Amino acid sequence: MDAIILQILNGLDKGSAYALIALGLTLIFGTLGVVNFAHGALFMIGAFCAVTLNALLGMSHQVEDPTRTDFLGNPLQVDVPYVQDIFGEALGASIIDWAVPLSILLAIPVMLLIGLVMERGLIRHFYKRPHADQILVTFGLAIVLQEIIKAIYGANPIPTPAPDAFRGSVDFGQWLGFQAGSIIYPVWRLVYFFFSALIIAGVFAFLQFTTFGMVVRAGMADRETVGLLGIDIDRRFTLMFGIAAAVAGLAGVMYTPILSPNYHMGMDFLVLSFVVVVVGGMGSLPGAVLAGFLLGILQSFASMNAVKSLLPGIDQIIIYLVAIAILLLRPRGLMGRKGVMEE
Amino acid sequence: MLGLGKKDFTLFLAVAAITLLAPFILNPFPTGSGLAQFNAGYPDLMQRFVIYGIFAIGFNILFGLTGYLSFGHAAFLGLGSYSAVWMFKLLSMNVIPALILSVIVAGLFALVIGYISLRRSGIYFSILTLAFAQMAYALAYSVLTPLTNGETGLQLTLDDPRVLDGGGRPTSLPVTELFGMEMRDTASLGLGAWDFTFGVGFYFCAVVMLISFYLAIRIFRSPFGMMLRAVKSNQQRMNYTGLNTRPYTLAAFVISGMYAGLAGGLLACMDPLAGAERMQWTASGEVVLMTILGGAGTLIGPILGAGMIKYFENIFSKINDAVLHQWFAALPDGLEDFLVTIIHPFIGKGWHLTLGLMFMAVVIFLPGGLVEGGQRVGRLFRRRDRKAGGAEAQAAEQRRTPAE
Repeated sequence: MDAIILQILNGLDKGSAYALIALGLTLIFGTLGVVNFAHGALFMIGAFCAVTLNALLGMSHQVEDPTRTDFLGNPLQVDVPYVQDIFGEALGASIIDWAVPLSILLAIPVMLLIGLVMERGLIRHFYKRPHADQILVTFGLAIVLQEIIKAIYGANPIPTPAPDAFRGSVDFGQWLGFQAGSIIYPVWRLVYFFFSALIIAGVFAFLQFTTFGMVVRAGMADRETVGLLGIDIDRRFTLMFGIAAAVAGLAGVMYTPILSPNYHMGMDFLVLSFVVVVVGGMGSLPGAVLAGFLLGILQSFASMNAVKSLLPGIDQIIIYLVAIAILLLRPRGLMGRKGVMEE
Repeated sequence: MLGLGKKDFTLFLAVAAITLLAPFILNPFPTGSGLAQFNAGYPDLMQRFVIYGIFAIGFNILFGLTGYLSFGHAAFLGLGSYSAVWMFKLLSMNVIPALILSVIVAGLFALVIGYISLRRSGIYFSILTLAFAQMAYALAYSVLTPLTNGETGLQLTLDDPRVLDGGGRPTSLPVTELFGMEMRDTASLGLGAWDFTFGVGFYFCAVVMLISFYLAIRIFRSPFGMMLRAVKSNQQRMNYTGLNTRPYTLAAFVISGMYAGLAGGLLACMDPLAGAERMQWTASGEVVLMTILGGAGTLIGPILGAGMIKYFENIFSKINDAVLHQWFAALPDGLEDFLVTIIHPFIGKGWHLTLGLMFMAVVIFLPGGLVEGGQRVGRLFRRRDRKAGGAEAQAAEQRRTPAE
């Protein structure tokens, strides 16, 4: 039992990331009908927002520390971050410590802006072109974004630590009444899971309970009629693109302590997220979320030693196998609407 | 001639001439001159031009004719490489059996993958092929290590049996050959300031490429090719007329998989080493780029695209800051540094950025690729000539870029 719970927990963090990216992909597909191959790059840019803020906050200048001396007796040069000059030593240090969560504040406007520019500048010219063209142009854009990041930050992964308070692990098993030490789980992954649950809930609440969201849902169902009612649906869809980009970006920001960001992390996640979208059902938001978590957990079960010794290599291919089975047996996906991109 | 129409035959002759004279054509700058780095006339690079040309020609038979966008074609390239290297290890260093096995293995896998993937179309087809290729890649890296040698890649060793080569343990690693002609042999010719190098490997690949190109033309012009085009323009109507299109698309998929296998086999013939990264989805993306860049659905486009991308990959990634400084040395220092800083991200290791921008520009402005670009330029010239009168018409006719 504890082994099963452990695998479910292990699958949650990857599953959350898949779910968030797939949610954004589905939002874009559902509203604009565009297949966005650059969505993984948005996830990656989000992660690099955290890297940037981390580096910015860490910027420091050297100060002589009169109380300490090096081995020759000269006063020691100490790096003092500018943040500590401004906010005082204790507050400054904790601001630096909390760089990753603080990056959320940076990432939201940045990602919204990138999303809006992308939609206005590029994607809108591709609504009428075939799906293949949309795939190709966003694929090209993904390469460009990725290479720009590589040119700025280099090709190596950049470790970006979580705040001190969230480092280490919790004994999850004890909470549930199992033997101590049976389920040890890193704190940050729990944080990530709750964070993504929050975002997902936020997006759904936004679509469900606001007038804006209602109009967007109406537009997803029948764009033309909403337009005929005198509503500028294009503007709202553009904003939804921005929101989808922000969701991907936030997923990236919070993922940095789990995986040190590198420039091709987006592509790695994108391929899987597409599979997730297909499994969940093209155009179905709950489907994307459900499939994201399901596949994350499934992958984690497949990487159990007992399973691997039975079916070697299954952990590498399980997601693709599921996708192939779904596409062949139930092409509209788990929760897809009938007739949406079924052919 | 050769069962080709007059226009196609001219095109084929032109391609053959350019390919066979490539060591001269791609070497326009004297050795040792400042522009020599733009030369591409050495066998290693030219081999890659023609091999990826084959890959792209094959991809074009699927994507260009039927419109099915496969994102997993690199799997067949990798399969071809692995099969060829296994043939070198087990049977003989002769390239012919290796290539035959590559094509057969790739064809068989294409049959299976195609049979499943082609049950869906559009984006689902792309994702299915992508999933299969990623599966092949993941398996080659992990479980299939006894067959693929995992991360190191499959290599020749001294202990390989090589049944047909007489057995016995060689003292050094054997080289690939075609009935005694070693693939890595080169001959060079010095003409004044120019040095031309002719590689056996290159000419072998070139001949194979020309044969594949000839077959591709025949496929394009055949009733079968017509049927594939019909699938692209309106599959539903085809189905309503009572015709089952799947055998046709499956045949196209298998043929293009075999082309990819052949290309993979040739890669292994030139350098007997096969690694899983050849199957990664970025490699699949690359062949898509080549075909689109050149012009999907045209005969010559994929070859052009493959040549362009491989040329830029090689040349752009060789230019570095020192070279740039040398170019702009005549300018004032500040301006020189400024220009170098601006250009820096686009060259050397950053050439993928240039590639991505180029690709986006092509998709946005020239969906027909370079071939369409050539046609547009040609039309522009003709229109101007019509205004100017007939005097220049003939000259313009010659200048016109031959398209398709």
